Amino acid sequence: MQPMLQVDRLSKRYGERVAVNAISFSIAQGETVGLLGPNGAGKTTAIAMISGISKPDGGEVTLSGVRLAPNANALKRRVGLVPQDLALYEELSAWANLQLFGGLYGLGAAELRRRAKAALELIGLADRSTDLVKTFSGGMKRRLNIAGALLHEPDLLLLDEPTVGVDPQSRNAIFDNLEELKRRGKTLLYTTHYMEEAERLCDRVLILDRGRILANDTVAHFKQQYGNLEAAFMQLTGRGLRDGAEA
Amino acid sequence: MNTTAIRALIRNDMRLYFADRRAVIVGVLVPILIAAFFGYVFGGTGRSEDQGKIPVAVVDEDQSSVSRAITADLAADPLLQVSALDRVAAREQVKSGKQNAAAVFPPRFGEQTTKSLFSGANKPQVELLVDPSQTTGARVIEGLLAQYSMQEISKEAFTGAYGREAIDSNLERLDKLEQTPLNADLRTLLNAARKLNDQVNSGAAPGAANGAGAGRSEQRNFGLSIPYTVASTPVTAHDNTPYNSYAHSFAGMAVQFILFAGIDAGVVLLLTRQRGIWQRLRSAPLSRTEFMLARALATTLIGLFQITVIYLAALLVFKVRIEGSWTGFIVVGISFCLLNAAFGLMLATLGRSAPTTRGLAMMATLLLVMIGGAWVPAFVFPRWLQSVSRYLPTRWAMDGLDGATWRGLPFNAAVLPSLVLIGSAVACLLVAIWRFRWEE
Repeated sequence: MQPMLQVDRLSKRYGERVAVNAISFSIAQGETVGLLGPNGAGKTTAIAMISGISKPDGGEVTLSGVRLAPNANALKRRVGLVPQDLALYEELSAWANLQLFGGLYGLGAAELRRRAKAALELIGLADRSTDLVKTFSGGMKRRLNIAGALLHEPDLLLLDEPTVGVDPQSRNAIFDNLEELKRRGKTLLYTTHYMEEAERLCDRVLILDRGRILANDTVAHFKQQYGNLEAAFMQLTGRGLRDGAEA
Repeated sequence: MNTTAIRALIRNDMRLYFADRRAVIVGVLVPILIAAFFGYVFGGTGRSEDQGKIPVAVVDEDQSSVSRAITADLAADPLLQVSALDRVAAREQVKSGKQNAAAVFPPRFGEQTTKSLFSGANKPQVELLVDPSQTTGARVIEGLLAQYSMQEISKEAFTGAYGREAIDSNLERLDKLEQTPLNADLRTLLNAARKLNDQVNSGAAPGAANGAGAGRSEQRNFGLSIPYTVASTPVTAHDNTPYNSYAHSFAGMAVQFILFAGIDAGVVLLLTRQRGIWQRLRSAPLSRTEFMLARALATTLIGLFQITVIYLAALLVFKVRIEGSWTGFIVVGISFCLLNAAFGLMLATLGRSAPTTRGLAMMATLLLVMIGGAWVPAFVFPRWLQSVSRYLPTRWAMDGLDGATWRGLPFNAAVLPSLVLIGSAVACLLVAIWRFRWEE
């Protein structure tokens, strides 16, 4: 069966620094894969290339067998990106934000209303739809950030550290949302620093460091081999501090 | 073309603009207030009696009938506001800017001027103390002083006591000279002047018998005066339509504050690039052309909103009228808003950091509007600066708006300004397209 996402020898350099170094992996339809790595490992750069934001220096991305490079706009309709930085207009209401994001994907007014309502219900913000985003808590903003990527009903959802900076209750709520999406058959690629998130959510985990994939296996197999995911992560990436900026 | 996305982006930009109520108020209310101020200062609707008078001091150290008459004439002139002061106070007030100039009539001014009218010798000197920052006002004063002095001195020469003395003195001088035909003619002329002087002073002159008041009135006619009067007619859109200086000031402030909104649009775009929202936009099926088009249209619409509100206030409150072509006015307005949108996009592509870009753009905009004649009409500039302003789109915007409003020009007059504005917009857009970084 053709994978939903196929990444083949994808590379990116920033000057002399290699951010992503010929990484290859695939994700099957309906699978949830965690992309784990310390700061500066190349997670965000990889996500940017897969989502079509950033042009790779080498390699290619295919979605259901179709290459991304010459068909970026067509394939972008099948991918939803949840950026690490909040991608919201705080001066506008939640509803107005979703109207923009749906409009970018060409959704008509009626369809957009239906999907925005559904997305707000999924993340539990239906009753706050007309409130300005700046009045929301950090967790609510993170959930709305996810909702913004769901309106065009993408097959593949790319989540770049979607729980960063939120309290445990909000994180739990976000997990519930993601598990619901998983139940609906969405394919998720998820970057995080938190091992327990990956253990709870992911079927498979990729460990990335210094632009290279060090390991690619199921969560169960990592546990079997290393005891738990954190032990595997520390053993593979080492205990040295990574103070470099996230690439 | 993803028109739904373009519409969504435009709607979003409009929402963001109106969400910042303070910015909206600054964008429309402040230009209205400043335009109202400038319009008032430069003459208002042209119907007010409260036109600015030139303040001038007169120091009369002579106190003769001549100097008093000149002072009275100056005080009666509608252009001047005359204060009688002593020399020290007059100098102090000119120095402090309270008076544009002070005219000092020296002792024996009346006597000496009357004598020198016939002989050309021993002319007294009228000292004019001038505020160097008000040279235009000083020139007006100098002209009026010459006019009224000639009138009163010649009157004194033909009808007054100093005049009689001067005639007698000149006749005595002629007696001592060689008897040439020219001197004989001059003697005849002076004798005729003495006869006139005698008649006026004995009340025998025409009109003098009707009483002192009537005689004095008639005496004025013996002085030399400018042998014509001037009827100044403002050449505006229609006869009897006074010039409304609010028309120019509202055009100027509309141009300035729409450009400020263009700067804001550019800076917002720069800031957007640094936020997560940029990744969201980039991950959507949106081309660079669609994105830039949406931004340009949104900024154009915001500019049109501003110009509409600003001119509504001008029309309803300040009696500004579109005396010329409405179509011309609308075309110039749209062309300028298009230019502004392209200008904003260009800034966003050339700038690196938001604060630096804003600072440099503000400076450039203020120069553009100032030299373009948005603050004060371009004719007050030196000639070379007026020539420079011809190359600035702001000057063309001002000419276009002035033409459609108070000048009352037809649509044809709006064509060239509009073409220049659209051409400038295309130039800015080309730079923006060339420099715009869409791919990361």
